[in-house]
Amino acid sequence: MVAGAFVDDSGALTTANLRAAVSGPYLSAFSRSLQLSAITAVVGAVLGALLAWAVVTGKPDGNLRRVVTSASGVLAQFGGVTLAFAFLATVGFEGLVTVFLRERGIDIFAGGAWIFELPGLVLVYTYFQIPLMVIVFLPALDGLKPQWREAARNLGGSAWTYWRRVAGPVLAPAFFGSMLLLFANAFSAYATAAALVSQGAPIVPLQIRNLQTSEVLLGQQNLGRALGFGMVVVVAIVMGLYALLQRRTTRWLR
Amino acid sequence: MRLLPARSRPTIALLGAALLLTAACGDAPERETSTAGSDTGGVAAATATSVADFGGFDGLVEAAETEGTLNVIALPPDWTNYAEVISTFEQTYDIEVDSAQPDASSQEEINAAEQLAGTDRAPDVFDLGPAVATANVDTFAPYKVQTWDDVADELKDPDGRSISDYGGLMSIGYDADSVPAPTSVLDLLKPDYRGKVALNGDPTQAGAAFAGVAMAALGNGGSADDIAPGIEFFRQLKAAGNFLPVDPTPATIASGQTPVVIDWDYTNAAQSETLEGQRNWEVVVPQEALVSSYYVQAINADAPHPAAARLWQEFLYSDVGQNLWLKGYGRPVREAAMVEAGTIDEAAYAKLPQVSGEAVTLTEEQTAAAAALLSAGWAEAIS
Repeated sequence: MVAGAFVDDSGALTTANLRAAVSGPYLSAFSRSLQLSAITAVVGAVLGALLAWAVVTGKPDGNLRRVVTSASGVLAQFGGVTLAFAFLATVGFEGLVTVFLRERGIDIFAGGAWIFELPGLVLVYTYFQIPLMVIVFLPALDGLKPQWREAARNLGGSAWTYWRRVAGPVLAPAFFGSMLLLFANAFSAYATAAALVSQGAPIVPLQIRNLQTSEVLLGQQNLGRALGFGMVVVVAIVMGLYALLQRRTTRWLR
Repeated sequence: MRLLPARSRPTIALLGAALLLTAACGDAPERETSTAGSDTGGVAAATATSVADFGGFDGLVEAAETEGTLNVIALPPDWTNYAEVISTFEQTYDIEVDSAQPDASSQEEINAAEQLAGTDRAPDVFDLGPAVATANVDTFAPYKVQTWDDVADELKDPDGRSISDYGGLMSIGYDADSVPAPTSVLDLLKPDYRGKVALNGDPTQAGAAFAGVAMAALGNGGSADDIAPGIEFFRQLKAAGNFLPVDPTPATIASGQTPVVIDWDYTNAAQSETLEGQRNWEVVVPQEALVSSYYVQAINADAPHPAAARLWQEFLYSDVGQNLWLKGYGRPVREAAMVEAGTIDEAAYAKLPQVSGEAVTLTEEQTAAAAALLSAGWAEAIS
């Protein structure tokens, strides 16, 4: 793929593919991909962290924890065509919820067919981002030792002081690291979007599909590889940051 | 031929592993030319350029039946009656047809041929959009069917490497119980069609949708040389809230999700027939915007079943094969000759939409220019 990104159709070395990949419609696709990943990472991280917090405050071997962790394990991997279909059956044009609300005078598609566009992708991606956040963030929350809270209390600290001075700093690297993981997860997701969005190829993975399979735009396979190379660079940066944060996290959670 | 949402594995693994693998495997290694073609009377089937090389049609049938299998690709059963074309071929000859990836695009046919080259699963024959066929003509085997002379010169490669097969006109299919009958392309901008107009595929990707934009261009003051008004039409359609970004399928039409579909007249007409009693599906060809295009047949030069591939072509271009396409509302390329000879299926022929005036077919240069324009502007126009 990397080799393909740097040659033209006749095999000669060129940077034209890479230059095209960061201009015009492909640049906007990258921008939309980054937006989609960032929004779903933040929303997924916040909601997932709250859910994980609810879980750790419960009994360690209670039913809540068992149900939430096993459900998260399944749902975090529940991407792709099945997920897209599930959403269309629920909030598609003739979906269960859509019809239910329509009968009560609420048209959720009054503003347009958002489910098939970027807002739809945000909704659907969040569905697998939250459970993934629960899975990756739970160990960090489990690592918070009760003794730290007791020590803070004994030294006269309030709950707020404890969160601000102890738990917050300990959890921050894990929280942001998990968010980066979610970001990369959304950035590289393909099948869900491919099954849901059929017009305009708004995000990079769909643009690559277009370039590989189009019967209209021919001879652009290497441009597709250049886009793929661009994605690898973005993910490599994200993973590098993740590794740095991970190193800080593990210091506290041994 | 047309393209539906990807059928790749539902994986969200980091880096979209499937995606990258596809990209990485794009270049199939060169391989030795196969000598496995079946020999008949000392002539390798893989290099035969007409039935004469098999010592006549019976020789071709014998060689093909010895091979016993034919690999076809990207032939949807509901597209120009391909289900019946394939079953009739199987009944006529002792050959099993292996139909792979019925919903693949033309480019995916070529990709499959490259990736499977040298295996016995490689496609033997292609049914391609004209642009893809022209770009890959070097990978096709020259072969002239017995009815070669019936086809106009501009619809075939002079060396016999490719030949147009069936054509159609761009049309608007609509549910007459749900929307008023449109009489022109611009009618679709009216409030009656709010949230109802779908295009068969993404025009930067699928040939049918591409022709749909060309039709919109003609209906909106553009021409084959200037399809910008077509993109502008869809921008207005989107702004009016009429554009429905759903890929129409028989299922979406049957369930009423896509009440108006811009597609080839043969696919729309096939829907009318399939959905009779369920949906009142009507087809109109806008007279001010006649866009036509032929698909193209070709034989894979590396076909694992070279004789069967050639027999398939003879079958498709026989009166039987041509009439089967016609039954699926495809306009067979031998139309004129068959009308003259009286061998055309009159009942099916009468069902084709009547048009007055000359239909526009985009040339190679016009297609390339339009594709570049779409590549730059389509995503913005409909988002």
